Amino acid sequence: MNLTLHVWRQNGPADEGRFVTYRVEGASAHMSFLEMLDHLNEQLIKKGEDPIAFDSDCREGICGMCGFMINGEPHGPLPATTVCQLHMRHYQDGDELWLEPWRAAGFPVIKDLVVDRSAFDRIIAAGGYISVRTGSAPEANSTRVPKINADAAMDAAECIACGACVAACPNASAMLFTAAKVAHLALLPQGQPERYLRVVEMVNQQDADFGHCTNHGACQNACPKAISTDYIAMLNGDLRRAKFRRPTDLD
Amino acid sequence: MELNARIPAGPIQQKWDNHRFNLKLVNPANKRRHDIIVVGSGLAGASAAATMGELGYKVHCFCFQDSPRRAHSIAAQGGINAAKDYTNEGDSIWRLFYDTVKGGDYRAREANVYRLAQISVNIIDQCVAQGVPFARDYAGYLDNRSFGGAQVSRTFYARGQTGQQLLLGAYQALQRQVKLGNVKMYTRHEMLDLVVVDGAARGIVTRDLVTGAITSHVADAVVLATGGYSNVFYLSTNARGCNATAIWRAYKKGAGFANPCFTQIHPTAIPPHGEGQSKLTLMSESLRNDGRVWVPKTPGDKRPPNEIPESERDYYLERLYPSFGNLVPRDVASRRAKEMVDQGKGVGPSGIGVYLDFRDAIQRLGRTVIEERYGNLFDMYMNITGENPYEVPMRIYPAPHYTMGGLWVDYNLMSTIPGLHVIGEANFSDHGANRLGASALMQGLADGYFIIPLTIGDYLATARPAKLDASHPAFREAEAAVREQTRRLLSINGSRTVTEFHRELGSIMWNYCGMARTAQGLEKALDLVRDLRQQFWEDVKVPGDSGNINMELEHASRVADFLELGELMCRDALHRNESAGGHFREEYQTPEGEAKRNDEEFAYVAVWEYAGPDAPPVLHKEPLEFEYVHLAQRSYK
Ligand SMILES: Cc1cc2nc3c(=O)[nH]c(=O)nc-3n(C[C@H](O)[C@H](O)[C@H](O)COP(=O)(O)OP(=O)(O)OC[C@H]3O[C@@H](n4cnc5c(N)ncnc54)[C@H](O)[C@@H]3O)c2cc1C
Ligand code: FES
Repeated sequence: MNLTLHVWRQNGPADEGRFVTYRVEGASAHMSFLEMLDHLNEQLIKKGEDPIAFDSDCREGICGMCGFMINGEPHGPLPATTVCQLHMRHYQDGDELWLEPWRAAGFPVIKDLVVDRSAFDRIIAAGGYISVRTGSAPEANSTRVPKINADAAMDAAECIACGACVAACPNASAMLFTAAKVAHLALLPQGQPERYLRVVEMVNQQDADFGHCTNHGACQNACPKAISTDYIAMLNGDLRRAKFRRPTDLD
Repeated sequence: MELNARIPAGPIQQKWDNHRFNLKLVNPANKRRHDIIVVGSGLAGASAAATMGELGYKVHCFCFQDSPRRAHSIAAQGGINAAKDYTNEGDSIWRLFYDTVKGGDYRAREANVYRLAQISVNIIDQCVAQGVPFARDYAGYLDNRSFGGAQVSRTFYARGQTGQQLLLGAYQALQRQVKLGNVKMYTRHEMLDLVVVDGAARGIVTRDLVTGAITSHVADAVVLATGGYSNVFYLSTNARGCNATAIWRAYKKGAGFANPCFTQIHPTAIPPHGEGQSKLTLMSESLRNDGRVWVPKTPGDKRPPNEIPESERDYYLERLYPSFGNLVPRDVASRRAKEMVDQGKGVGPSGIGVYLDFRDAIQRLGRTVIEERYGNLFDMYMNITGENPYEVPMRIYPAPHYTMGGLWVDYNLMSTIPGLHVIGEANFSDHGANRLGASALMQGLADGYFIIPLTIGDYLATARPAKLDASHPAFREAEAAVREQTRRLLSINGSRTVTEFHRELGSIMWNYCGMARTAQGLEKALDLVRDLRQQFWEDVKVPGDSGNINMELEHASRVADFLELGELMCRDALHRNESAGGHFREEYQTPEGEAKRNDEEFAYVAVWEYAGPDAPPVLHKEPLEFEYVHLAQRSYK
């Protein structure tokens, strides 16, 4: 199959950037989208041109390293699918596609489709953990966790921190990412002691790099793990309780 | 090269306790005077860096991804073992120890394995306390499942994303230490050399993958947690970035490389689709709990699977191994699949594959249960192949997956270079010639949370490394060498891409040093690899420069190392005139086609010492003694 790609090329943060058009010839329907780009890059290298920079690692939808916009949609058209899992059989010969990096103030472009997502690490560092010293844990089965809570915590914990939620959001907010971690830990008994401190610290940190959430819900549609905006509602509940009470009043 | 494993005296049950008591301690107030470098942020690296930071050391942690949370450990699916015996099936530390030694085909060090089994129970406690959302039953207790090579259910899991959840636990602990200022994290940094001063590891040289800056980092000790080298085969289940560069360059600085030919080919990956393929996708081994493996009885039977009647199917694992059935260890399952394909009974468009069928399990348990257990794996399969495994059997085929070999370490996890420690998949320690499912995560976390944070203190307190800075000539030389290699790669400007070389190396390794090996094939592979390496340095084309993100340059430097490592693997495979676990030499098999060990001559760890670019490496041997698990022919009949 042959395709036309308009790819955002930007040689470093200081460069203005522009779309450059490429013809891809001889891609196969079995290839993944990234394999199709590999294929194009091989041709560019042979021609002595600079290959397109894009991030990827696991190529099975779990590491969260990959991600860019295809025709304005994060990770492309399929629901709950990262771009590394998107296969070319969903495209047709002659298709024309526009590839762009995540566009968000919190994610500066490093090169072409590669962005800097270190702001996510800072949100986790602000409080996205349970403070337990290695060696001080009690016997694992001493605390029971209702299956329904464990499952809901797992649903939230599946976030891969790819950044699609931010890219989809008109405010470039990272609230779905933040909420997924807040909810994962708040749903478990082990997460209770730091629950309210955590949500305040993490939201403050998200506000430092990203926009505010105004409940558009675009993030949920874009999320390759289909994480629900219900978790944002839960975060907001916790945040309100944390803000309007003294920490000692909280359960 | 001296190989002193430093195995503590005493009965095996007490070795670790005794050893912990005998380890020298670093005074809490002095810990912050010690800088420790941890290269890698997977399960092993992140848990080690977080724990050592928590103890008060000044930790510097490196990874090549943009965040520590993306290390390849994130992709582990099936689960993590622990001898908790929550299922009341008679599991115990002893049984986990026994299964691991036997599963490894008696090529692992007993004392290390026993300690691993002991620590396994603490790992689960630790992870649960961190909030790892393991699967639970309706009463709220932790759930378990069984895994290949074991007859008890001792595997803890978080849906099909156990590695992700364990890594996020370790990553969160790490980020907490970053916030507290105890750990400094360097992302998008690649270690390109180890610096040895007065015989001890004192630092590393890295390249900043964004700016291209080459920098030295000085420390009192270095810990490598850089994962495995399955990508020497080009196509493997590993993440694209996994590579051998850190351990290979340490090898060239004097660290012994143990059992490089012990590689694991996993039985259940999605078969390759062809040209342009960039990696192979694993279907977790846990699927073998409920899926039944079969091929048509008649070679060349091209009917769709659902039209092949029961009587014309060969459930070959159940037939050959009545007691373990579909749950035989990986090496056995892989080899048998290859055998079926070699006999022309392979399935799918390419004929490379066997069926893994859930029909009976769905009938027995209902679709909901199967969906709950394996939903995300089935989705992944559907996504990649366009076929629905709820309706047609999956097609699977073996793929390179894990490397038991790695840098040699003693009981303290220290390599043959004082101060250089190696943890996780990067070392050789616990799995012998074959690793059991769900044991790599266990080992990575045992090493990182519970072993290295203690043993490193003993090294620091004993060796008392002198103060040093990066102006030392050894750092200068290492930096210059890294710059020179970078310059050389960029200046060749030949006609073939890095990927073309990598793919070719992969096919040599797969054909001659893969699931079945022969002396003749290995001799041939040695020539082919050497030849390819020479072509690489004359004809590779690496575009761009080194002052910006240049992924081709990164790849080129990794492939350059794989081209050397491949040769060592073949050499090791050739010297080991026996079959053991994943190392199957066709000349050495039982009449039933099982791996036939030669304990008289080969019950040792083969440790290779680098002897310079033009000399063959020197072989050293660490004899293995089996005091507790008696040497026996493995049988899963
Ligand atoms: C698909 C898949 C599924 C698996 N499932 C299971 C399972 O269910 N159960 C189980 O027990 N095991 C499983 N395994 C095996 C297990 O995941 C790995 O063995 C284990 O995670 C390795 O962890 P690690 O910490 O040693 O290394 P990794 O997680 O590979 O981490 C390596 C780290 O080193 C860094 N690094 C490497 N080289 C350099 C360098 N030169 N400079 C700087 N940084 C560097 C990387 O950035 C990374 O942070 C699976 C493996 C695969 C491939
Ligand atoms: S490359 Fe890992 S999620 Fe896409």
